[in-house]
Amino acid sequence: MADLSVTFCGVKFKNPLVLASGILGITASSWRNVVKNGAGGITTKSLWLEEHRGHPNPVIIANEHYMLNAVGVPDAGVQKAQEECGKYLAWKSSPLIANIIAGRVQDFGKTAEEIAKIKPHIIEVNISCPNVEDEFGKPFACSVGDAAAVTREVKKRVGNIPVVIKLSPNVENIVAIARSVADAGADGVNVMNTIGPGMSINIDTRTPVLANKVGGLSGPALKPLAVKYIADIRRALPKLPIIGTGGVLTGEDAIEMMMVGATLVGVGTGVYYRGPQVFKKITDEMQAWCKKENVKRVRDLIGVFHNGNGRRFEP
Amino acid sequence: MDFPLVVKIKKIKQETPQTKSFVFEYPKRAKPGQFVNIWLPGVNERPMSISFDDGKNYTLAIAAAGESTRQMHALRVEDKIGIRGPYGTHYQWKDGQRIAMLPGGYGAGPTYWMATLATKCKIDFFLGARDKSLLLFADKIKKLKNVRFLPSTNDGSAGVKGFNVECWMQEMERGVKYDSVITIGPELMMYAVSKQCAKRKVPCQLSIERYMKCAFGICGNCCVDDLGITMCQQGPVVDNTLAGKIAEFGQYHRDDVGRKKEF
Ligand SMILES: Cc1cc2nc3c(=O)[nH]c(=O)nc-3n(C[C@H](O)[C@H](O)[C@H](O)COP(=O)(O)OP(=O)(O)OC[C@H]3O[C@@H](n4cnc5c(N)ncnc54)[C@H](O)[C@@H]3O)c2cc1C
Ligand SMILES: Cc1cc2nc3c(=O)[nH]c(=O)nc-3n(C[C@H](O)[C@H](O)[C@H](O)COP(=O)(O)O)c2cc1C
Ligand code: FES
Repeated sequence: MADLSVTFCGVKFKNPLVLASGILGITASSWRNVVKNGAGGITTKSLWLEEHRGHPNPVIIANEHYMLNAVGVPDAGVQKAQEECGKYLAWKSSPLIANIIAGRVQDFGKTAEEIAKIKPHIIEVNISCPNVEDEFGKPFACSVGDAAAVTREVKKRVGNIPVVIKLSPNVENIVAIARSVADAGADGVNVMNTIGPGMSINIDTRTPVLANKVGGLSGPALKPLAVKYIADIRRALPKLPIIGTGGVLTGEDAIEMMMVGATLVGVGTGVYYRGPQVFKKITDEMQAWCKKENVKRVRDLIGVFHNGNGRRFEP
Repeated sequence: MDFPLVVKIKKIKQETPQTKSFVFEYPKRAKPGQFVNIWLPGVNERPMSISFDDGKNYTLAIAAAGESTRQMHALRVEDKIGIRGPYGTHYQWKDGQRIAMLPGGYGAGPTYWMATLATKCKIDFFLGARDKSLLLFADKIKKLKNVRFLPSTNDGSAGVKGFNVECWMQEMERGVKYDSVITIGPELMMYAVSKQCAKRKVPCQLSIERYMKCAFGICGNCCVDDLGITMCQQGPVVDNTLAGKIAEFGQYHRDDVGRKKEF
């Protein structure tokens, strides 16, 4: 059996798979169940300071090719977050990545400060949600200045808890954004959030299917984009730890993400295509591949693509 | 394929002062206890138990509970609705069983449907409601040959005066033994049934309804404490052993932002 454990921003994970934000992410019980199903760690649904209502239904639709979602980031606010995160942490299960969101730079800071009180292992900052654009305008992840400002604001307020910034693929130059948040003190980045937004029309009713009309696109087709962006960021910023997210369904997908530079691999829409046991299925497939290739430690694969020859890449 | 399929309503009937039934053709077959999501463009999408599947058409029995269901009540024959599903688990039975059914409200639909399929079972049907006018599908249930119809109303306007749970317990006191209990309706009613069944060691299946959005195991809004399993995929129908492990059953559920709401 290969050793699947990895260390990300100083936090040890028994395997590189983390539940992506927004999937099965509302309660401590659900997170624990995801860990039981084989995840190495979990990410909460994006947490707001105050209660935030989502969009009316339908909020998620999917078929064999893609998923389109505009849930609208519903949340009951920080008190509920503290209760659920506290309950989860008390179980001493796998690491907790608390994902936070806000509409204004100062509110990111306040939210981060409240969430830091319960001491999650990592704080992830969602500056890239395409589904609240009507409310707040273009995501902060689309501007070098805004992305850096949010990063600085959060870093100031959370002590030594590592901060990961979740990037958007819907930008001209994702490397420039990654560089700006790294310069502003980010400990890592998550590449990437959903693409789009996209839209789907029901031709019988002549209306968009999602109540919000448009929604973020996810699923298997995202993977080549994520792989390219992760490779670009890794090449430009070899020391910046990366969570690779987007279209991961199989063990081979996860290994591909790691080879281009991801330390952790986010799995979201994969839960739809392969069921709640997807994490166990992926780690089994990683094991099988490692056996075939005689790889003893999966962490040795991180970034090997940039080495060209499969030797360990030492940043 | 989890996109709504748009169908035309063929038939609408006012069944009780609160509830209307809607009939439409649908290509996928279902089992009693499963549900669909019904979509009204521009309004909302809501989960509804399938009340009947005749092999070609579905019937939904919809009670006006709030804004979306009121808008559903305003629909007319030939209007278009979107349907996706069927989703979730269903009730199970074996030929020859003696079954007690305890439905409340729109729960009469799936239990009546099951009774039409479980022709080789002997069923005591404890339909309960506040008053006579709310006894959903009573006329149809009465006619089934495998069913002993034992209605109850809170005000005594039909059947026994009181709750259907009391009625059922009286039957058991009289020595009737059930192989299986099927309940679907208000959670506190099901909770009472669940406790009794656990105490008396009678197998029981019930339907745990939680706030649903995606209905396919992604959004997490329907996850229950402390197991963390989804009620859209691993429910709504659960057996009593599983229900016994769901700490929030009979205690609280969650709203659309995930906040706990006590029963
Ligand atoms: C598996 C399942 C099967 C159901 N079967 C039936 C049925 O056969 N007939 C029927 O009349 N009703 C059924 N319901 C309940 C029905 O979904 C709600 O009455 C309906 O959603 C109310 O919506 P509204 O907009 O009219 O009211 P609102 O004012 O929005 O809500 C009224 C109450 O309904 C519940 N509710 C609202 N939205 C949802 C949702 N998306 N998911 C679950 N509960 C919700 C909440 O508890 C809320 O407090 C079922 C629910 C579930 C989960
Ligand atoms: C239904 C759904 C809800 C999501 N909600 C959030 C969210 O609240 N916060 C966030 O940062 N990302 C959210 N995302 C984005 C995912 O975390 C992930 O970045 C994206 O879906 C790409 O990965 P995937 O293809 O594995 O799903 C959501 C995605 C989906 C499908
Ligand atoms: S309704 Fe979305 S997970 Fe069950």
